[in-house]
Amino acid sequence: MSTFVIAGRELRGLFLSPLAWTLLAAMSFIMAWIFLVQLDAFQLIQPRLKGLESPPGLTALVAVPVLRAAAGISLLVVPLLTMRTFSAELQSGSFDLLRSSPAGTSAIVAGKYLALLVFLAAMLAIVTAMPLSLLAGSHLDPGLLAAAVTGVALLLAGCAALGLFVSTLSSQPAMAAVMSYGLLLLLWLFGSDSDRGSLGAVLDWLSLRTHLETLLRGLVHLSDLLYYLLCIGTALALTVRRLELRRTEG
Amino acid sequence: MEPLLEAENLTRCFGERRAVDGVGFSAHCGEVLGLLGPNGAGKSTTMRMLSGCLAPNVGRIRLAGLDLLRQPREAKARVGYLPEHPPLYPELRVDEYLRFAARLRGVPARQAGALVERAKRRCGLGETGRRVIGNLSRGYQQRVGIAQAIVHEPPVVILDEPTAGLDPIQNREVRELIGEIGTRCAVLLSTHILPEVQAVCTHALIIHRGRLVYSEDLRAGTADQGVLIALERPPATLEITRLPGVREAKELGGGRFQLELEAHRDAAGTLAERIAAQGWGLREYTPLRPGLEQIFVELAAGEIA
Repeated sequence: MSTFVIAGRELRGLFLSPLAWTLLAAMSFIMAWIFLVQLDAFQLIQPRLKGLESPPGLTALVAVPVLRAAAGISLLVVPLLTMRTFSAELQSGSFDLLRSSPAGTSAIVAGKYLALLVFLAAMLAIVTAMPLSLLAGSHLDPGLLAAAVTGVALLLAGCAALGLFVSTLSSQPAMAAVMSYGLLLLLWLFGSDSDRGSLGAVLDWLSLRTHLETLLRGLVHLSDLLYYLLCIGTALALTVRRLELRRTEG
Repeated sequence: MEPLLEAENLTRCFGERRAVDGVGFSAHCGEVLGLLGPNGAGKSTTMRMLSGCLAPNVGRIRLAGLDLLRQPREAKARVGYLPEHPPLYPELRVDEYLRFAARLRGVPARQAGALVERAKRRCGLGETGRRVIGNLSRGYQQRVGIAQAIVHEPPVVILDEPTAGLDPIQNREVRELIGEIGTRCAVLLSTHILPEVQAVCTHALIIHRGRLVYSEDLRAGTADQGVLIALERPPATLEITRLPGVREAKELGGGRFQLELEAHRDAAGTLAERIAAQGWGLREYTPLRPGLEQIFVELAAGEIA
Protein backbone atom coordinates (compact mmCIF):
# COMPACT_ATOMS: atom_id res chain seq x y z
CA MET A 1 0.00 0.00 0.00
CA SER A 2 2.50 2.61 1.17
CA THR A 3 4.85 1.27 -1.54
CA PHE A 4 2.49 2.56 -4.22
CA VAL A 5 1.92 5.87 -2.41
CA ILE A 6 5.69 6.40 -2.29
CA ALA A 7 6.17 5.29 -5.90
CA GLY A 8 3.44 7.71 -6.99
CA ARG A 9 5.07 10.62 -5.18
CA GLU A 10 8.46 9.69 -6.59
CA LEU A 11 7.19 9.58 -10.19
CA ARG A 12 5.33 12.85 -9.74
CA GLY A 13 8.48 14.50 -8.40
CA LEU A 14 10.50 13.01 -11.26
CA PHE A 15 8.19 14.27 -13.98
CA LEU A 16 7.74 17.68 -12.34
CA SER A 17 11.47 18.22 -12.59
CA PRO A 18 13.07 19.07 -15.92
CA LEU A 19 15.62 16.30 -15.40
CA ALA A 20 13.36 13.43 -16.45
CA TRP A 21 12.10 15.17 -19.58
CA THR A 22 15.57 16.30 -20.60
CA LEU A 23 16.93 12.79 -20.18
CA LEU A 24 14.11 11.29 -22.24
CA ALA A 25 14.52 13.94 -24.95
CA ALA A 26 18.29 13.50 -25.16
CA MET A 27 17.96 9.71 -25.17
CA SER A 28 15.34 9.78 -27.93
CA PHE A 29 17.44 12.11 -30.05
CA ILE A 30 20.64 10.08 -29.72
CA MET A 31 18.85 6.76 -30.28
CA ALA A 32 17.02 8.09 -33.32
CA TRP A 33 20.34 9.15 -34.79
CA ILE A 34 21.95 5.77 -34.13
CA PHE A 35 18.88 3.98 -35.50
CA LEU A 36 18.94 5.95 -38.77
CA VAL A 37 22.68 5.45 -39.19
CA GLN A 38 22.25 1.67 -38.68
CA LEU A 39 19.38 1.60 -41.15
CA ASP A 40 21.45 3.48 -43.70
CA ALA A 41 24.34 1.07 -43.34
CA PHE A 42 21.97 -1.88 -43.71
CA GLN A 43 20.58 -0.54 -46.97
CA LEU A 44 24.11 -0.06 -48.24
CA ILE A 45 25.19 -3.67 -47.64
CA GLN A 46 21.83 -5.28 -48.37
CA PRO A 47 22.64 -6.21 -52.04
CA ARG A 48 25.78 -8.07 -50.95
CA LEU A 49 23.94 -9.98 -48.20
CA LYS A 50 21.80 -11.72 -50.81
CA GLY A 51 24.78 -13.78 -51.94
CA LEU A 52 25.30 -15.34 -48.49
CA GLU A 53 24.00 -18.75 -47.45
CA SER A 54 22.02 -17.60 -44.36
CA PRO A 55 22.37 -13.82 -44.23
CA PRO A 56 21.92 -11.91 -40.97
CA GLY A 57 18.60 -10.13 -41.08
CA LEU A 58 17.27 -6.72 -40.28
CA THR A 59 16.86 -7.60 -36.59
CA ALA A 60 20.47 -8.61 -36.10
CA LEU A 61 21.90 -5.75 -38.13
CA VAL A 62 19.66 -2.88 -37.02
CA ALA A 63 17.52 -3.68 -33.95
CA VAL A 64 20.24 -5.37 -31.87
CA PRO A 65 22.94 -2.71 -32.46
CA VAL A 66 20.40 -0.04 -31.54
CA LEU A 67 19.57 -1.84 -28.28
CA ARG A 68 23.27 -2.42 -27.56
CA ALA A 69 23.89 1.29 -27.94
CA ALA A 70 20.89 2.02 -25.71
CA ALA A 71 22.40 -0.23 -23.01
CA GLY A 72 25.68 1.66 -23.18
CA ILE A 73 24.02 5.06 -22.99
CA SER A 74 21.76 4.06 -20.14
CA LEU A 75 24.87 3.44 -18.02
CA LEU A 76 25.24 7.21 -18.19
CA VAL A 77 21.53 7.92 -17.67
CA VAL A 78 20.73 5.68 -14.69
CA PRO A 79 23.10 7.32 -12.16
CA LEU A 80 21.55 10.70 -13.00
CA LEU A 81 18.16 9.27 -12.07
CA THR A 82 19.17 7.32 -9.01
CA MET A 83 21.39 9.99 -7.48
CA ARG A 84 18.35 11.89 -6.23
CA THR A 85 16.40 9.02 -4.75
CA PHE A 86 17.86 8.88 -1.26
CA SER A 87 20.71 11.42 -1.26
CA ALA A 88 18.49 14.39 -2.07
CA GLU A 89 15.96 13.37 0.56
CA LEU A 90 18.65 12.86 3.18
CA GLN A 91 20.08 16.24 2.26
CA SER A 92 16.81 18.18 2.41
CA GLY A 93 15.55 16.33 5.48
CA SER A 94 12.36 15.16 3.76
CA PHE A 95 13.48 11.59 4.42
CA ASP A 96 12.35 12.13 8.03
CA LEU A 97 8.78 12.26 6.76
CA LEU A 98 9.16 8.76 5.30
CA ARG A 99 11.12 7.47 8.26
CA SER A 100 8.60 8.70 10.84
CA SER A 101 5.71 7.23 8.83
CA PRO A 102 4.32 3.72 9.33
CA ALA A 103 5.88 2.62 6.03
CA GLY A 104 8.68 0.14 6.75
CA THR A 105 12.14 0.50 5.26
CA SER A 106 11.53 -2.22 2.69
CA ALA A 107 8.29 -0.53 1.58
CA ILE A 108 10.16 2.75 1.12
CA VAL A 109 12.90 1.07 -0.92
CA ALA A 110 10.33 -0.89 -2.98
CA GLY A 111 8.37 2.29 -3.70
CA LYS A 112 11.40 4.18 -4.91
CA TYR A 113 12.64 1.24 -6.98
CA LEU A 114 9.22 0.79 -8.54
CA ALA A 115 9.18 4.43 -9.62
CA LEU A 116 12.61 4.06 -11.22
CA LEU A 117 11.46 0.94 -13.06
CA VAL A 118 8.41 2.74 -14.44
CA PHE A 119 10.57 5.55 -15.76
CA LEU A 120 13.13 3.18 -17.28
CA ALA A 121 10.34 1.09 -18.84
CA ALA A 122 9.05 4.23 -20.55
CA MET A 123 12.54 4.95 -21.81
CA LEU A 124 13.00 1.41 -23.09
CA ALA A 125 9.59 1.56 -24.77
CA ILE A 126 10.65 4.66 -26.73
CA VAL A 127 13.89 2.99 -27.80
CA THR A 128 12.19 -0.29 -28.77
CA ALA A 129 9.55 1.56 -30.75
CA MET A 130 12.23 2.61 -33.27
CA PRO A 131 13.17 -0.87 -34.57
CA LEU A 132 9.53 -1.95 -34.19
CA SER A 133 8.55 0.74 -36.69
CA LEU A 134 10.32 -1.38 -39.34
CA LEU A 135 7.44 -3.86 -39.05
CA ALA A 136 5.47 -1.47 -41.22
CA GLY A 137 7.44 -2.48 -44.29
CA SER A 138 9.53 -5.47 -43.34
CA HIS A 139 9.85 -8.53 -41.15
CA LEU A 140 11.65 -8.82 -37.79
CA ASP A 141 12.79 -11.90 -35.87
CA PRO A 142 10.48 -11.76 -32.80
CA GLY A 143 12.57 -14.21 -30.73
CA LEU A 144 15.82 -12.36 -31.17
CA LEU A 145 14.16 -9.01 -30.55
CA ALA A 146 12.43 -10.27 -27.39
CA ALA A 147 15.68 -11.70 -26.02
CA ALA A 148 17.55 -8.47 -26.71
CA VAL A 149 14.86 -6.29 -25.14
CA THR A 150 14.74 -8.57 -22.09
CA GLY A 151 18.50 -8.27 -21.77
CA VAL A 152 18.45 -4.48 -21.86
CA ALA A 153 15.49 -4.37 -19.45
CA LEU A 154 17.34 -6.57 -16.95
CA LEU A 155 20.48 -4.49 -17.31
CA LEU A 156 18.51 -1.31 -16.63
CA ALA A 157 16.81 -2.87 -13.60
CA GLY A 158 20.19 -4.04 -12.27
CA CYS A 159 21.82 -0.64 -12.76
CA ALA A 160 18.84 1.06 -11.08
CA ALA A 161 19.11 -1.21 -8.02
CA LEU A 162 22.86 -0.59 -7.75
CA GLY A 163 22.33 3.16 -8.14
CA LEU A 164 19.64 3.10 -5.47
CA PHE A 165 22.05 1.48 -3.04
CA VAL A 166 24.81 3.95 -3.82
CA SER A 167 22.45 6.89 -3.22
CA THR A 168 22.01 5.77 0.40
CA LEU A 169 25.75 6.13 0.97
CA SER A 170 25.93 9.89 0.59
CA SER A 171 23.67 12.82 1.35
CA GLN A 172 25.06 14.68 -1.65
CA PRO A 173 23.43 13.76 -4.96
CA ALA A 174 26.50 14.67 -7.03
CA MET A 175 28.61 12.38 -4.87
CA ALA A 176 26.11 9.57 -5.33
CA ALA A 177 26.14 10.07 -9.10
CA VAL A 178 29.93 9.91 -9.28
CA MET A 179 30.04 6.77 -7.13
CA SER A 180 27.37 5.11 -9.27
CA TYR A 181 29.32 5.92 -12.43
CA GLY A 182 32.39 4.40 -10.89
CA LEU A 183 30.60 1.24 -9.82
CA LEU A 184 28.65 0.71 -13.05
CA LEU A 185 31.57 1.40 -15.39
CA LEU A 186 33.80 -0.91 -13.36
CA LEU A 187 31.23 -3.71 -13.55
CA TRP A 188 30.84 -3.01 -17.26
CA LEU A 189 34.56 -3.06 -18.03
CA PHE A 190 35.23 -6.29 -16.10
CA GLY A 191 34.05 -8.18 -19.13
CA SER A 192 36.42 -6.59 -21.62
CA ASP A 193 39.37 -8.96 -21.26
CA SER A 194 38.97 -12.63 -20.49
CA ASP A 195 42.42 -14.08 -21.26
CA ARG A 196 43.57 -14.01 -17.65
CA GLY A 197 42.87 -17.50 -16.45
CA SER A 198 40.50 -18.17 -13.59
CA LEU A 199 40.49 -14.60 -12.29
CA GLY A 200 39.52 -13.42 -15.74
CA ALA A 201 36.67 -15.90 -15.82
CA VAL A 202 35.37 -14.69 -12.45
CA LEU A 203 35.56 -11.05 -13.52
CA ASP A 204 33.91 -11.99 -16.77
CA TRP A 205 31.04 -13.57 -14.89
CA LEU A 206 30.70 -10.53 -12.62
CA SER A 207 30.47 -8.17 -15.55
CA LEU A 208 27.18 -6.57 -16.46
CA ARG A 209 28.20 -6.75 -20.13
CA THR A 210 28.97 -10.43 -20.74
CA HIS A 211 25.51 -11.49 -19.62
CA LEU A 212 23.92 -8.87 -21.84
CA GLU A 213 25.93 -9.98 -24.88
CA THR A 214 24.53 -13.53 -24.75
CA LEU A 215 21.00 -12.19 -24.65
CA LEU A 216 21.75 -9.77 -27.50
CA ARG A 217 22.76 -12.77 -29.60
CA GLY A 218 19.34 -14.24 -28.94
CA LEU A 219 20.55 -16.86 -26.46
CA VAL A 220 18.47 -16.96 -23.28
CA HIS A 221 20.40 -18.80 -20.56
CA LEU A 222 18.88 -19.20 -17.15
CA SER A 223 22.25 -18.32 -15.62
CA ASP A 224 22.24 -14.88 -17.28
CA LEU A 225 18.72 -14.13 -16.05
CA LEU A 226 19.70 -15.32 -12.57
CA TYR A 227 22.78 -13.10 -12.61
CA TYR A 228 20.67 -9.98 -13.08
CA LEU A 229 18.04 -11.06 -10.54
CA LEU A 230 20.80 -11.80 -8.04
CA CYS A 231 22.33 -8.41 -8.72
CA ILE A 232 18.98 -6.66 -8.17
CA GLY A 233 18.18 -8.66 -5.03
CA THR A 234 21.58 -8.06 -3.46
CA ALA A 235 21.55 -4.34 -4.20
CA LEU A 236 18.04 -3.88 -2.79
CA ALA A 237 18.83 -5.91 0.32
CA LEU A 238 21.94 -3.79 0.90
CA THR A 239 19.85 -0.64 0.45
CA VAL A 240 17.38 -1.73 3.14
CA ARG A 241 20.22 -2.75 5.43
CA ARG A 242 22.02 0.54 4.94
CA LEU A 243 18.90 2.58 5.74
CA GLU A 244 18.24 0.52 8.87
CA LEU A 245 21.80 1.20 9.95
CA ARG A 246 21.25 4.92 9.47
CA ARG A 247 18.35 4.65 11.91
CA THR A 248 20.19 2.72 14.58
CA GLU A 249 23.59 4.37 14.23
CA GLY A 250 22.41 7.89 13.56
CA MET B 1 -6.29 7.85 32.05
CA GLU B 2 -3.29 6.43 30.23
CA PRO B 3 -0.83 9.01 28.93
CA LEU B 4 -0.67 9.39 25.12
CA LEU B 5 3.06 9.87 25.10
CA GLU B 6 5.36 8.02 27.44
CA ALA B 7 9.13 7.97 27.41
CA GLU B 8 11.13 5.98 29.91
CA ASN B 9 14.85 6.16 30.51
CA LEU B 10 15.69 7.19 26.93
CA THR B 11 19.38 7.02 26.22
CA ARG B 12 21.21 7.62 23.01
CA CYS B 13 24.95 7.68 22.42
CA PHE B 14 26.86 8.95 19.43
CA GLY B 15 30.22 7.32 19.76
CA GLU B 16 31.50 8.17 23.22
CA ARG B 17 29.15 11.10 23.71
CA ARG B 18 25.83 10.58 25.47
CA ALA B 19 23.53 12.92 23.57
CA VAL B 20 20.51 11.89 25.62
CA ASP B 21 20.92 10.22 28.98
CA GLY B 22 18.05 8.63 30.87
CA VAL B 23 15.31 11.05 29.88
CA GLY B 24 11.73 10.17 30.84
CA PHE B 25 8.41 12.00 30.84
CA SER B 26 4.79 11.55 29.85
CA ALA B 27 1.98 13.63 28.34
CA HIS B 28 -1.78 13.26 28.51
CA CYS B 29 -4.41 14.49 26.11
CA GLY B 30 -4.69 18.29 26.31
CA GLU B 31 -1.15 18.79 27.55
CA VAL B 32 1.51 20.78 25.70
CA LEU B 33 5.01 19.90 26.84
CA GLY B 34 7.72 22.42 26.15
CA LEU B 35 11.17 20.92 25.86
CA LEU B 36 13.61 23.69 26.68
CA GLY B 37 17.32 23.71 26.50
CA PRO B 38 20.30 25.47 25.04
CA ASN B 39 21.46 24.41 21.59
CA GLY B 40 23.01 20.98 21.58
CA ALA B 41 21.31 19.91 24.81
CA GLY B 42 19.70 16.85 23.19
CA LYS B 43 16.24 18.21 22.32
CA SER B 44 16.26 17.17 18.67
CA THR B 45 17.78 13.79 19.42
CA THR B 46 15.01 13.13 21.96
CA MET B 47 12.35 14.11 19.45
CA ARG B 48 13.90 12.05 16.67
CA MET B 49 13.73 9.02 18.94
CA LEU B 50 10.10 9.68 19.87
CA SER B 51 9.14 10.02 16.20
CA GLY B 52 10.82 6.73 15.29
CA CYS B 53 13.52 8.33 13.12
CA LEU B 54 16.29 7.24 15.44
CA ALA B 55 16.47 4.13 17.56
CA PRO B 56 17.33 4.66 21.24
CA ASN B 57 20.18 2.62 22.75
CA VAL B 58 18.18 2.11 25.93
CA GLY B 59 14.66 2.97 26.92
CA ARG B 60 11.02 2.52 26.14
CA ILE B 61 8.62 4.69 24.16
CA ARG B 62 4.85 4.31 24.15
CA LEU B 63 2.66 6.30 21.78
CA ALA B 64 -1.10 6.13 22.43
CA GLY B 65 -0.44 2.99 24.46
CA LEU B 66 1.56 1.25 21.72
CA ASP B 67 5.22 0.36 22.09
CA LEU B 68 7.15 2.16 19.35
CA LEU B 69 9.90 -0.44 19.20
CA ARG B 70 7.64 -3.52 19.29
CA GLN B 71 4.76 -2.28 17.12
CA PRO B 72 6.41 0.42 15.00
CA ARG B 73 3.80 0.40 12.24
CA GLU B 74 0.78 0.92 14.50
CA ALA B 75 2.55 3.37 16.78
CA LYS B 76 3.96 5.53 13.98
CA ALA B 77 0.51 5.93 12.42
CA ARG B 78 -0.49 7.74 15.64
CA VAL B 79 2.20 10.36 15.65
CA GLY B 80 2.75 13.52 13.63
CA TYR B 81 6.29 14.84 13.49
CA LEU B 82 7.73 18.13 12.32
CA PRO B 83 11.54 17.87 12.21
CA GLU B 84 13.86 20.84 12.63
CA HIS B 85 13.80 21.41 8.88
CA PRO B 86 10.27 20.94 7.50
CA PRO B 87 10.34 17.74 5.39
CA LEU B 88 8.88 19.33 2.26
CA TYR B 89 9.06 18.40 -1.40
CA PRO B 90 9.47 21.82 -3.03
CA GLU B 91 8.26 20.65 -6.45
CA LEU B 92 4.83 19.53 -5.18
CA ARG B 93 1.74 21.65 -4.68
CA VAL B 94 0.46 22.10 -1.10
CA ASP B 95 -2.59 19.89 -1.75
CA GLU B 96 -0.55 17.13 -3.39
CA TYR B 97 1.96 17.18 -0.59
CA LEU B 98 -0.57 17.04 2.25
CA ARG B 99 -2.45 14.29 0.47
CA PHE B 100 0.77 12.32 0.18
CA ALA B 101 1.51 12.87 3.88
CA ALA B 102 -1.97 11.63 4.82
CA ARG B 103 -1.85 8.59 2.52
CA LEU B 104 1.62 7.71 3.80
CA ARG B 105 0.21 7.51 7.34
CA GLY B 106 -2.41 5.04 6.15
CA VAL B 107 -5.40 7.35 5.57
CA PRO B 108 -7.70 5.77 2.95
CA ALA B 109 -7.91 7.66 -0.36
CA ARG B 110 -11.60 8.50 0.17
CA GLN B 111 -10.98 10.36 3.44
CA ALA B 112 -7.72 12.05 2.44
CA GLY B 113 -9.39 14.96 0.63
CA ALA B 114 -11.51 16.00 3.61
CA LEU B 115 -8.59 15.70 6.04
CA VAL B 116 -6.34 17.79 3.80
CA GLU B 117 -8.99 20.52 3.67
CA ARG B 118 -9.37 20.47 7.45
CA ALA B 119 -5.61 20.62 8.06
CA LYS B 120 -5.28 23.53 5.63
CA ARG B 121 -8.09 25.39 7.40
CA ARG B 122 -6.54 24.84 10.82
CA CYS B 123 -3.14 26.03 9.65
CA GLY B 124 -4.42 29.04 7.73
CA LEU B 125 -3.43 27.60 4.35
CA GLY B 126 -6.88 27.95 2.80
CA GLU B 127 -5.90 29.80 -0.35
CA THR B 128 -2.56 28.14 -1.02
CA GLY B 129 -3.68 24.64 -2.03
CA ARG B 130 -2.74 25.04 -5.68
CA ARG B 131 0.57 26.75 -5.04
CA VAL B 132 3.93 25.05 -5.42
CA ILE B 133 5.63 24.63 -2.03
CA GLY B 134 9.01 25.86 -3.28
CA ASN B 135 7.45 29.25 -4.13
CA LEU B 136 5.90 29.82 -0.69
CA SER B 137 7.45 32.14 1.90
CA ARG B 138 9.32 30.72 4.89
CA GLY B 139 6.35 31.27 7.19
CA TYR B 140 3.95 29.46 4.91
CA GLN B 141 6.40 26.61 4.41
CA GLN B 142 6.55 26.24 8.18
CA ARG B 143 2.76 26.08 8.28
CA VAL B 144 2.77 23.40 5.60
CA GLY B 145 5.26 21.56 7.80
CA ILE B 146 2.87 21.75 10.75
CA ALA B 147 -0.12 20.81 8.56
CA GLN B 148 1.80 17.72 7.46
CA ALA B 149 2.18 16.70 11.11
CA ILE B 150 -1.53 17.01 11.96
CA VAL B 151 -3.18 16.04 8.65
CA HIS B 152 -3.92 12.48 9.79
CA GLU B 153 -5.19 13.81 13.14
CA PRO B 154 -2.77 11.88 15.31
CA PRO B 155 -3.15 11.72 19.11
CA VAL B 156 0.52 12.67 19.55
CA VAL B 157 2.15 15.63 17.82
CA ILE B 158 5.89 16.30 18.02
CA LEU B 159 7.14 19.68 16.80
CA ASP B 160 10.85 20.46 16.71
CA GLU B 161 11.35 24.23 16.94
CA PRO B 162 8.07 25.09 15.19
CA THR B 163 8.64 28.85 15.43
CA ALA B 164 12.29 29.01 14.38
CA GLY B 165 12.94 31.61 11.73
CA LEU B 166 9.49 33.20 11.77
CA ASP B 167 8.71 36.89 12.10
CA PRO B 168 6.84 38.05 15.25
CA ILE B 169 3.39 37.98 13.64
CA GLN B 170 3.85 34.52 12.15
CA ASN B 171 5.30 33.50 15.47
CA ARG B 172 2.13 34.51 17.28
CA GLU B 173 -0.06 32.75 14.73
CA VAL B 174 1.92 29.55 15.06
CA ARG B 175 1.65 29.74 18.86
CA GLU B 176 -2.11 30.13 18.63
CA LEU B 177 -2.23 27.17 16.28
CA ILE B 178 -0.21 25.04 18.69
CA GLY B 179 -2.54 26.02 21.51
CA GLU B 180 -5.47 24.90 19.37
CA ILE B 181 -3.79 21.59 18.44
CA GLY B 182 -2.98 21.04 22.11
CA THR B 183 -6.64 20.93 23.08
CA ARG B 184 -7.21 17.68 21.15
CA CYS B 185 -3.99 15.74 21.60
CA ALA B 186 -0.70 15.54 23.44
CA VAL B 187 1.89 17.94 22.03
CA LEU B 188 5.63 17.94 22.58
CA LEU B 189 7.47 20.95 21.24
CA SER B 190 11.04 22.08 21.57
CA THR B 191 12.43 25.56 21.67
CA HIS B 192 15.25 27.54 23.13
CA ILE B 193 13.03 30.57 23.73
CA LEU B 194 11.67 30.70 27.28
CA PRO B 195 8.66 33.04 26.77
CA GLU B 196 7.41 30.65 24.11
CA VAL B 197 7.09 27.90 26.71
CA GLN B 198 5.30 30.24 29.10
CA ALA B 199 2.97 31.34 26.31
CA VAL B 200 1.81 27.98 24.93
CA CYS B 201 2.86 25.12 27.18
CA THR B 202 1.17 23.45 30.11
CA HIS B 203 4.41 21.83 31.23
CA ALA B 204 8.02 22.89 31.01
CA LEU B 205 10.87 20.40 30.77
CA ILE B 206 14.43 21.61 30.78
CA ILE B 207 17.03 19.38 29.25
CA HIS B 208 20.69 20.02 29.70
CA ARG B 209 23.61 17.95 28.44
CA GLY B 210 21.24 15.14 27.65
CA ARG B 211 19.65 15.00 31.09
CA LEU B 212 16.26 16.19 32.22
CA VAL B 213 17.10 18.69 34.94
CA TYR B 214 13.78 20.41 35.59
CA SER B 215 10.13 19.67 35.06
CA GLU B 216 7.21 21.79 36.12
CA ASP B 217 3.46 21.91 35.66
CA LEU B 218 2.82 25.51 34.66
CA ARG B 219 -0.92 25.26 35.32
CA ALA B 220 -0.49 24.58 39.03
CA GLY B 221 -1.12 27.33 41.57
CA THR B 222 1.95 29.41 42.07
CA ALA B 223 1.03 31.45 45.14
CA ASP B 224 2.43 28.91 47.56
CA GLN B 225 5.89 29.99 46.50
CA GLY B 226 5.82 33.58 47.60
CA VAL B 227 4.00 36.88 47.36
CA LEU B 228 5.06 40.50 47.08
CA ILE B 229 2.69 42.99 48.70
CA ALA B 230 2.66 46.78 49.07
CA LEU B 231 0.62 48.44 51.83
CA GLU B 232 -0.56 52.04 52.37
CA ARG B 233 -0.46 51.79 56.16
CA PRO B 234 2.08 49.06 56.96
CA PRO B 235 1.86 47.42 60.40
CA ALA B 236 4.78 45.89 62.22
CA THR B 237 6.36 42.98 60.36
CA LEU B 238 5.52 40.67 63.26
CA GLU B 239 1.82 41.36 62.79
CA ILE B 240 1.91 40.20 59.19
CA THR B 241 3.70 37.02 60.17
CA ARG B 242 0.76 36.21 62.47
CA LEU B 243 -1.63 35.98 59.53
CA PRO B 244 -2.63 32.36 58.88
CA GLY B 245 -0.76 30.84 55.90
CA VAL B 246 2.26 33.14 56.17
CA ARG B 247 5.49 31.49 57.19
CA GLU B 248 7.76 34.47 57.03
CA ALA B 249 7.63 38.15 56.12
CA LYS B 250 10.50 40.38 55.13
CA GLU B 251 10.23 44.14 54.98
CA LEU B 252 11.61 45.62 51.80
CA GLY B 253 10.95 49.26 52.67
CA GLY B 254 8.36 51.72 51.39
CA GLY B 255 5.47 49.60 52.66
CA ARG B 256 6.59 46.60 50.60
CA PHE B 257 6.89 43.12 52.05
CA GLN B 258 8.00 39.82 50.61
CA LEU B 259 5.97 37.00 52.12
CA GLU B 260 6.89 33.35 52.18
CA LEU B 261 3.76 31.24 52.38
CA GLU B 262 2.81 27.88 53.81
CA ALA B 263 2.64 25.26 51.11
CA HIS B 264 -1.03 25.01 50.35
CA ARG B 265 -2.73 26.06 47.23
CA ASP B 266 -5.80 27.99 48.44
CA ALA B 267 -3.73 30.23 50.71
CA ALA B 268 -3.35 32.80 47.99
CA GLY B 269 -6.95 33.89 47.58
CA THR B 270 -7.83 33.94 51.27
CA LEU B 271 -4.61 35.71 52.15
CA ALA B 272 -5.40 38.63 49.86
CA GLU B 273 -8.84 38.87 51.48
CA ARG B 274 -7.39 38.77 55.00
CA ILE B 275 -4.83 41.47 54.26
CA ALA B 276 -7.54 43.66 52.76
CA ALA B 277 -9.75 43.05 55.83
CA GLN B 278 -6.98 44.29 58.15
CA GLY B 279 -7.43 47.79 56.75
CA TRP B 280 -3.74 48.19 55.88
CA GLY B 281 -4.61 49.58 52.45
CA LEU B 282 -3.45 46.85 50.06
CA ARG B 283 -1.94 48.52 47.00
CA GLU B 284 -0.15 45.66 45.28
CA TYR B 285 -0.30 41.88 45.35
CA THR B 286 2.15 39.98 43.10
CA PRO B 287 2.63 36.22 43.25
CA LEU B 288 6.26 35.31 42.65
CA ARG B 289 7.28 32.48 40.40
CA PRO B 290 10.82 31.45 41.07
CA GLY B 291 12.50 28.73 39.17
CA LEU B 292 11.91 28.42 35.47
CA GLU B 293 13.58 31.53 34.18
CA GLN B 294 16.32 31.55 36.74
CA ILE B 295 17.14 27.90 36.18
CA PHE B 296 17.11 28.32 32.41
CA VAL B 297 19.46 31.27 32.50
CA GLU B 298 21.78 29.52 34.91
CA LEU B 299 21.83 26.46 32.69
CA ALA B 300 22.44 28.48 29.58
CA ALA B 301 25.30 30.21 31.31
CA GLY B 302 26.68 26.81 32.22
CA GLU B 303 26.50 27.29 35.96
CA ILE B 304 24.82 24.01 36.73
CA ALA B 305 26.78 21.04 35.52
